[in-house]
Amino acid sequence: MSFLIRSHDPTQPSPSEITPQPIYRGRREWLQGLAAGAALAAWPAREALAQTRLAATRSALPGALTMEKQTSRQDATSYNNFYEFGTDKADPAQRAHTLRTSPWSVAVEGEIAKPGVYDLDSLLKLAPMEERIYRLRCVEGWSMVIPWIGYSLAELIRKVQPNSRAKYVEFTTLADKAQMPGLRSGVLDWPYVEGLRMDEAMHPLTLLSFGMYGEVMPKQNGAPLRLVVPWKYGFKSAKSLVRIRFVEKQPISSWTRAAPQEYGFFSNVNPQVDHPRWSQATERRIGEDGLFAKKRPTLMFNGYEAQVGQLYAGMDLKKLY
Amino acid sequence: MSPLLRHPAAKPLLFALCALPLAQLVWGAANNSLGANPAEALIRGLGDWTLRLLCLSLAITPLRQALNQPLLARFRRMLGLWAFAYASLHLLAYAWLDMGLVPGDIVRDIAKRPFILMGFLAWALMLPLAATSFNRAIRALGGARWQALHRLVYGLALVGLAHFIWMRAGKNDFAEPAVYGLLLALLLGWRLLRAMRR
Repeated sequence: MSFLIRSHDPTQPSPSEITPQPIYRGRREWLQGLAAGAALAAWPAREALAQTRLAATRSALPGALTMEKQTSRQDATSYNNFYEFGTDKADPAQRAHTLRTSPWSVAVEGEIAKPGVYDLDSLLKLAPMEERIYRLRCVEGWSMVIPWIGYSLAELIRKVQPNSRAKYVEFTTLADKAQMPGLRSGVLDWPYVEGLRMDEAMHPLTLLSFGMYGEVMPKQNGAPLRLVVPWKYGFKSAKSLVRIRFVEKQPISSWTRAAPQEYGFFSNVNPQVDHPRWSQATERRIGEDGLFAKKRPTLMFNGYEAQVGQLYAGMDLKKLY
Repeated sequence: MSPLLRHPAAKPLLFALCALPLAQLVWGAANNSLGANPAEALIRGLGDWTLRLLCLSLAITPLRQALNQPLLARFRRMLGLWAFAYASLHLLAYAWLDMGLVPGDIVRDIAKRPFILMGFLAWALMLPLAATSFNRAIRALGGARWQALHRLVYGLALVGLAHFIWMRAGKNDFAEPAVYGLLLALLLGWRLLRAMRR
């Protein structure tokens, strides 16, 4: 009788589960009213209110709107890695205020027909803004659920017209000692460099993100624009981008340069391939699992296997980790 | 200074001071004010205070001799026992909050992360010291043997430091372990120098 049952992808919301826009907008305004009241007492919330709203419509892309409980904005903006501001996960929120996000421009160059320097305004207008709720899995073993705002990187890629030699895309983060105190340490070779294979960069889930939680990107989370690749460990999603270069040879990302035996080029979330120094089978969901709760199992490709699994068909993911 | 050290409230005061970081951590955990990852904050906080108290207990003898304050020795046992208490809670918090008290997971984790074995070893070396910390044990062992046994603390402090350095190696960040390393080098080096002069 199985033909009578309409198959429903459990990772996708059914239309009835999606909150209509007027209702969730109303809820948000109500919540913001609450936050405004709390802000009088709480310093972090006051900082939150200083953010500018960024309009977006909910993404219609399959897999782009997880129904899992969202991580609180407070946790997502106060606990993250951004080594340019220090190696402690509390450092970015405390020290990223020195980052100047305006004026900002991104050099788009390499194997493309239309290289150029794009200012932030033109990038903001390049394609319609979507809200996408992605799981984020850090290589360190913790995870969050974050509502990002942006558009598929593919939109930008199509505009600049890569040629046949463009096999990979290399992303470079700002490296300015005057704005980023973490650069004084030799933890990594600066600037921070990341890379994607062309088909990964073109995948619609790969997001060029300008905001989160309905607002422009907070400085500590990689303002004014960053990459979000939800099926890869978080460090692949380079922040505060200043250069996007299309290249023929596979770029060497910063973490691969620092420890090639620990961080491969692909770095797909994979519970079966452990980090040499710790297990990747489980993760701690920030803000949700109680102090004494067991960690949750990590999902293959961070739960995006249905969307991205075919990109890696035939590849030995144990070797190409 | 010695009336202060002899004061009947001195020991209770030190006890309360040593308990303060623990109270803060427990309070923070109960009120959910330990940040986004309270389990991590708790485990790391307990580990930090183990090292700090261990350094303090090792500082007693050099300070006692350098400042000519023999009464300082009154406080050494309490500092050592508090270091052991924080180490035990650190181990318990790891096994419970990180590993859910599943023995198989702990064994697999130790195989993956040898620095945890170093931490466990440092804690295990503290056991005989804590177990022979009371007066009757000192009398039963005899001063010389007791002292020989308690020299284990030098070794276990270095094992504990290695545990911390190894843990931070993942972030390539050695600033904080370097501070403890320097402190321990001073405290142990001072003893070495004195032993050689004699």
